[in-house]
Amino acid sequence: MAMFRRPGVSPADRLFRATVLTVALSVLAITGIIAFELLRNSRLPIQKFGWSFLWGTTWDPIKEQFGSLPFLYGTLVSSIIALLIAVPVGLGVAIFLSELAPRKVSDPIAFLVELLAAIPSVIYGLVGIFVLVPWIRNSLEPALSGTLGFLPLFRGAPYGVGMLTAGLVLAMMVVPFIVSVSREILMAVPLSQREAILSLGATQWEMVRIAVLPYARSGIMGSIFLALARALGETMAVTMVIGNRPEIKLSLFEPGYTMAAVIANEFTEATSDLYLQALIEIGLVLFAVTILVNALARLLIYEVFTKVEVRE
Amino acid sequence: MKTVTLAILLLIGLTVPAWAEPMLINGAGATFPYPVYSKWFDEYAKLHPDIHINYQSIGSGGGIRQASELTVDFGATDGPMNDEQLSKAKVKLLHFPTVMGAVVPTYNIPGVTAELKFTPKALAGIFLGTITKWNDPEIAMANSGVKLPGNPIVVVHRSDGSGTTYIWVDYLSKVSPEWKEKVGVGTSVNWPVGLGGKGNEGVSGLVKQTPYSIGYVELIYAAQNKIDYGLVQNSAGKFIKASLESVTSAASGAAKAMPADFRVSLTNAPGDMSYPIASFTWLLIPEKIDDPKKGKAITGFLQWMLKDGQQYAPGLLYAPLPKEVVAMEEKAVGQIKY
Repeated sequence: MAMFRRPGVSPADRLFRATVLTVALSVLAITGIIAFELLRNSRLPIQKFGWSFLWGTTWDPIKEQFGSLPFLYGTLVSSIIALLIAVPVGLGVAIFLSELAPRKVSDPIAFLVELLAAIPSVIYGLVGIFVLVPWIRNSLEPALSGTLGFLPLFRGAPYGVGMLTAGLVLAMMVVPFIVSVSREILMAVPLSQREAILSLGATQWEMVRIAVLPYARSGIMGSIFLALARALGETMAVTMVIGNRPEIKLSLFEPGYTMAAVIANEFTEATSDLYLQALIEIGLVLFAVTILVNALARLLIYEVFTKVEVRE
Repeated sequence: MKTVTLAILLLIGLTVPAWAEPMLINGAGATFPYPVYSKWFDEYAKLHPDIHINYQSIGSGGGIRQASELTVDFGATDGPMNDEQLSKAKVKLLHFPTVMGAVVPTYNIPGVTAELKFTPKALAGIFLGTITKWNDPEIAMANSGVKLPGNPIVVVHRSDGSGTTYIWVDYLSKVSPEWKEKVGVGTSVNWPVGLGGKGNEGVSGLVKQTPYSIGYVELIYAAQNKIDYGLVQNSAGKFIKASLESVTSAASGAAKAMPADFRVSLTNAPGDMSYPIASFTWLLIPEKIDDPKKGKAITGFLQWMLKDGQQYAPGLLYAPLPKEVVAMEEKAVGQIKY
């Protein structure tokens, strides 16, 4: 409250503060309302299944047995695959655009990348079905099982649709987010940082690694969170290529299912109350997972940062 | 300046309708019959400009829910409501069959161009995962002369809840006790095997792209998109290709044993010519309508739909109701009180 009574603050300023404070609080309020409504509307399955909803692996709308684990697994694994591919690629593109490419090249590419971010997800899904799926079934999956087949991750029949395909499509969708935000961050690193290290005789790689990336670390992490959040919640493109099978299989070639996808697929035709509320509880789990993953990621950054500072 | 004022006055005059606001009737539900319903509501509005019927195709589940809660004037569903749902509804709901649809098996076997014939046992076995290869004797037996490969079968089903799935699994559980016990009937089920595709287009896309696969789509979708589909053996032992005639024949076959509330499944219907994987789609109308004007409008529409409306169905590839059923429904419209 003290800041409101500071002398010399004009009434206009006070009004301004009050306005932005309200807007800021409304974000909290919306989050709270969503959590409350999700909880309130999933009473039946919470009473019936309790915590076992989280590790139940059966999803049978006829016998009314509901467990969310296969969806939880599918959501997390497809998002992890997406980030494993998208982070190196996206960062590479961002570094190239901000550090190495001449403006004539980097501006049009940056523009195209932002255009990619604006493409609706159903288009990515269609590209997935008609372009990626046949290629993955005929080329990528046989090649992977031929070379890395000793790993259980790359075994089984190549369907084309499945966890790996979903991860690839998601990667394609989140790269633009990483590139676009990271590039801005990298460009904001002061020139003096670069000049200083170059004058010590560093190569361009050393300059990026020692002077630019550590400076931009928190912003880059931010771009990765944005990408992760998009990957966790993506619905349309994923359901078109993941195979929609609520099973937990180690092989990435096997079909899977995600939380967002099952809600979108089954919500309209869910006739019984328990069934409908089980779908809402899936939404609640997704909400909790998103918060948890974000919190964990923030902790991770915090760790990284303190370590960096100790080393320096 | 004068002309401008005049123009404005004219504009205002034009936007105010000459007659009173048309009465708005709201409906919601099944997506499968949406094309024919929107055609009907359009045509009916031309005949009765004072009545405007607004239909949201939100899915059968939503249709049942909203009709039960009385948040809409009528609902629509691809699968009849069960007794528990009926007892929970705020008002007694009546079922009125409107048109019929069918579901057909579609497949992609490289090297096979012949129309395959499927026995009920073969379809149930494939979707249960007990028949896993295309050259399984149960499939080969019905298709003598076709060289079937020994490749594993990839099953494709709908991932979204849908009336199409309801009809398909309703059929499977009638012909296979094992299916009935293990899986059951509903708009979404716990599939023993297979990949899920979203919508008819998702299933047919997956089937087209995946060699040695089999899936199921609506007859209308298959016909519009020129997708080849197989024949299915009916309860009389004949292999029938789905068509408007064979679907209507299934309904005539079932008409003799039609229950008074029209909640009947047409799958595996009797009759030599009946295609076995067919179903009605229903409108859900409250038995007691509080607003007499609305009641009159709704019953008026139902009577028109049963008589004149049916002619629009074949053009949109829906099988029209057989005469016997129309006669029964016309009587049932009289039960609606308002």
